Amino acid sequence: MSWPILSTITFIPLVGVFFILLVRGDDESARQNIRWVSLITTGFTFLASLFIWANFDYQTAGFQFEERWDWLGGNISYRMGVDGISMLFVILTTFLMPFCILASWVSIERRVKEYMIAFLVLETLMIGVFCALDLVVFYVFFEAGLIPMFLIIGIWGGKRRVYASYKFFLYTLLGSVLMLIAIMAMYWDAGTTDIPTLMAHSFPASMQTWLWLAFFASFAVKMPMWPVHTWLPDAHVEAPTAGSVILAAILLKMGGYGFLRFSLPMFPVASDLFAPFVFTLSVVAIVYTSLVALAQEDIKKLIAYSSVAHMGYVTMGIFTMTEQGIQGGLFQMLSHGIVSGALFLCVGVIYDRMHTREIAAYSGLVNRMPFYAVAFLIFTLANVGLPGTSGFVGEFLTLLGAFEVNTWVALIATTGVILSAAYALYLYKRVIFGTLDKESLKSILDLSLREKVILVPLIVLTVFFGFYPAPVLDVTQASVDALIQNYQAALTAAGKTALLAH
Amino acid sequence: MYSAIVFLPLIGFLIAGLFGRYIGAKASEYITSGLLIIAALLSWIAFFSVGFGETELIRITVLRWITSGALDVDWSIRVDTLTVVMLVVVNTVSALVHVYSIGYMHHDPHRPRFFAYLSLFTFAMLTLVTADNLLQMFFGWEGVGLASYLLIGFWYHKPSANAAAIKAFVVNRVGDFGFALGIFGVFYLFDSINFETIFANAQALAEGQGAQEMVFLGYHLEAESALTAVCLLLFMGAMGKSAQFLLHTWLPDAMEGPTPVSALIHAATMVTAGVFMVARLSPLFELSHTALTVVTFFGATTAFFAATVGLVQNDIKRVIAYSTCSQLGYMFVALGVGAYSVGIFHLFTHAFFKALLFLGAGSVIHAVSNEQDMRKMGGLRKHIPITYWTMMIGTLALTGFPLTAGFFSKDAIIEAAYAGHNDFALYGFWLTVAAAALTSFYSWRLTFMTFHGKPRASVDVMKHVHESPLVMTVPLMLLAVGAIAAGFTFSGQFIGHAYEEFWKGSLFVSAENHILHDMHEVPLWVKLTATVMMAGGLAVAWYFYIRSPETPRALAARHDGLYRFLLNKWYFDELYDAIFVRSAMWVGRQLWKKGDGAIIDGFGPDGVSARVQNVTTWVVRLQTGYVYHYAFAMLIGVAALVTWSMFSGGGAH
Repeated sequence: MSWPILSTITFIPLVGVFFILLVRGDDESARQNIRWVSLITTGFTFLASLFIWANFDYQTAGFQFEERWDWLGGNISYRMGVDGISMLFVILTTFLMPFCILASWVSIERRVKEYMIAFLVLETLMIGVFCALDLVVFYVFFEAGLIPMFLIIGIWGGKRRVYASYKFFLYTLLGSVLMLIAIMAMYWDAGTTDIPTLMAHSFPASMQTWLWLAFFASFAVKMPMWPVHTWLPDAHVEAPTAGSVILAAILLKMGGYGFLRFSLPMFPVASDLFAPFVFTLSVVAIVYTSLVALAQEDIKKLIAYSSVAHMGYVTMGIFTMTEQGIQGGLFQMLSHGIVSGALFLCVGVIYDRMHTREIAAYSGLVNRMPFYAVAFLIFTLANVGLPGTSGFVGEFLTLLGAFEVNTWVALIATTGVILSAAYALYLYKRVIFGTLDKESLKSILDLSLREKVILVPLIVLTVFFGFYPAPVLDVTQASVDALIQNYQAALTAAGKTALLAH
Repeated sequence: MYSAIVFLPLIGFLIAGLFGRYIGAKASEYITSGLLIIAALLSWIAFFSVGFGETELIRITVLRWITSGALDVDWSIRVDTLTVVMLVVVNTVSALVHVYSIGYMHHDPHRPRFFAYLSLFTFAMLTLVTADNLLQMFFGWEGVGLASYLLIGFWYHKPSANAAAIKAFVVNRVGDFGFALGIFGVFYLFDSINFETIFANAQALAEGQGAQEMVFLGYHLEAESALTAVCLLLFMGAMGKSAQFLLHTWLPDAMEGPTPVSALIHAATMVTAGVFMVARLSPLFELSHTALTVVTFFGATTAFFAATVGLVQNDIKRVIAYSTCSQLGYMFVALGVGAYSVGIFHLFTHAFFKALLFLGAGSVIHAVSNEQDMRKMGGLRKHIPITYWTMMIGTLALTGFPLTAGFFSKDAIIEAAYAGHNDFALYGFWLTVAAAALTSFYSWRLTFMTFHGKPRASVDVMKHVHESPLVMTVPLMLLAVGAIAAGFTFSGQFIGHAYEEFWKGSLFVSAENHILHDMHEVPLWVKLTATVMMAGGLAVAWYFYIRSPETPRALAARHDGLYRFLLNKWYFDELYDAIFVRSAMWVGRQLWKKGDGAIIDGFGPDGVSARVQNVTTWVVRLQTGYVYHYAFAMLIGVAALVTWSMFSGGGAH
């Protein structure tokens, strides 16, 4: 076996945690050391993860960089691996972490040590989720990720942080419990929790329905899909900036990833059965949350609601089971990871200065913050899905896929492009444009060097992937092809058995 | 060369946009304008080499864009005659507007930003007209929408400008909603959105060869109806961008932007994108009779509707804006009856005289200290002669005075409408004829109110009235040359004897379509109507605003209802505000407070936690701390247990 690169990347952040624990004292220099250790650790993790991309074989549909150790007996083992669907999420995670550390550089003043430890542990768990090739391993990472996030919101959050953190925790836990039961049922049926084996295993159709629903409960909450989305606005509003970034950019993606990794390949018959149901929830989410976003008075809440709408495109695209729909869904997730992360960072910039997220507390920022206005504009436009930004590609592909399957779905979902323009530009107008006549804003400062370092790479990526999305689409191509083929084959097989039963 | 034409404005944008604040306003102006002038000259070279040469079609692939399954889209440049016509229009007007803006904007502190936006717009427009697939067209389409948004809201401290900018973007998005669905539909039918594949297979599809039927919104559509549905969806996009009836409301408000922007974007180039799109997709539209009929209907309605509103407006820019709206309607009438080249010809000539009128209006506004209300102008003829005479040429061209550019193209549209065969062709004919009279009236009204009669501006303002500098008047004069010459010079190529050699098949007409031939054989009275209408409008305007200025006021008072109806633009803004804007906000708030708050959270997490809390309080209340309470409870419990076990026979054996 070659060098276990995936485990290495997964656990490098824990090495950082070890070093942070060595730092003694709580004076300013100690905190500075902690910050630097975290930054270097996450930066190094990112560089190491690029190694995966560099050595990734675009032609292979199956898993690569596999590792395997026995763990709980022969049937439950520690197994890691990535394919075209999961690899980019690993990169996205490692890529965004350094920005989160930088965004917390000055805004976190209390318990810096614990905060950084929470983030590094969270990074390990998130990477683990995307690399795990065993259901139990996956479940452990998936659930354990809740704890640091719960702490981040509950300790470093805003005024209603306790309410928000409990809401977040209980919602997601409820879904996960059902998933745990489903995992046990799968183990009894297939005799293993090995993901590639389970993908090839065909569960009885009646069982698929229940398993699908159990997994759906967990992933729908994570996405979040309407109507189990209400924890998200509260969690976002109360979370510290970096917490929001991780929440929007990575944690939400676990739901979409889960659909692609488990629901579709393992329960194809049930997925086919429930696709109209998912479509319904998705288009309701797109229209409903866009309208709600229009009426928001809190910047972060507005962006949170727009996230729900954007995730609606993802679920819609994934369940079209067309090449464009799934690739679009994947692209939309990655793009949303960058764009919504960046938008929350933008909100963080002005929150750090004014300590309020009320839209009404701002106006005319362009007068004193031209650089900020430009950055915010680009991310707003990407959020609106303007062609030439990464936001467009995913939206377009998912809608294209949806049209192939059901024109009503496409029609209603496309109204989202009108609504998103309305709420996003309305927000931009209220915050950035106009005259700067509020006394409190008179001395507000434009982006600092640190903030530019955070935002400029994100701008570059947003525009780059808008014009040249091929790097992402090429990576996902082979795996998505295989996924669709297996799905169709499974459906045909199921159709045949159904016929025989008659 | 073609790459240079497209990318020079982009380079200008990047330089002025990224480094504008370091290199200064002067350098930004000269660099962007210089690059645009080069691009314009190259465009003319391209125009002659493609339009008058042998080259039929050039395709340059720049970069791979989106590949997913059957979908395969590249960034590319497609050059044929239709493209070079647009290149000339876009780059010429853009270059002149760049130069003009050096003078017009010289007080503004944000000039680098302004010139960057102008160049960005030009680049987006060029990607639109050189697109080789629907998606790149959509990119340019939204790109020009963005530039328009940025430029309308250029003076961001004005709330009205911000509101207008959002309105423009959102209303355009309503059109784009249709456009996007149209693209999906095309992909559904053809498995490709590249023009080459679509055009090659359209005919076969319409004849039902190997085509699957499309299920659209529950209806099973045959190949032909499917094509109609797709064309209508695409046309919805065109209606948004070209400000056609029902989606026109953004255009007059867009006049909040600086005047050069109005000239470039909201008159000469961007708003014609819809016309261009229909012409480009003529191989599709030609196959759907129904779609073309709808196009005619909307075109004619817009031509008439906008002209009626233009009659009574007092803001000099709004009059021209409604005029633009109306002229775009003319172009769609031409497209609708199958005379694509006539529509494009009017697009071509209209660009010159409408840009001229707007820049002239800018020069007037500049002269009278930023006043836009025509009621406060008058008598400016002697003070700003160059502006006066060039605008006069523009007015003559717009109203279709014999031998000016508009005479050739507009009269051709009216004749084509008469010769057209679809159900709304005659509707189109009569409305465009009526609109011709109205056009003439409001154009001359504008001229007379602005330049003739006694000055109505304050003495202070009149003292400062001055002719604009050369940097502004030279573009006016060049456009005036175009407004005179563009008609007779090119009418042979666009719509006359040299049609085939010039277009070389870049506009598709089916074998049954003889409109270009038929329109030359219309009765004499049809040919004369337009000119008669022009003269009539002029006469009435002269009587109303020179001879007896009381008449219009008396007329307005007598027909107060009608006057208000027109002045308030048929109350479209109020209607839309009530139906869409307010109700969307209201629904949003309801869904948030009631839907999310009361229902989902109420029955979900908050409700559950409240119930849990009720139960716990209740349990807590039981725990009183008195021993005899517990003892009593225990006694009852034991009694109950014993009773239960006796009756159920649990301990019987």
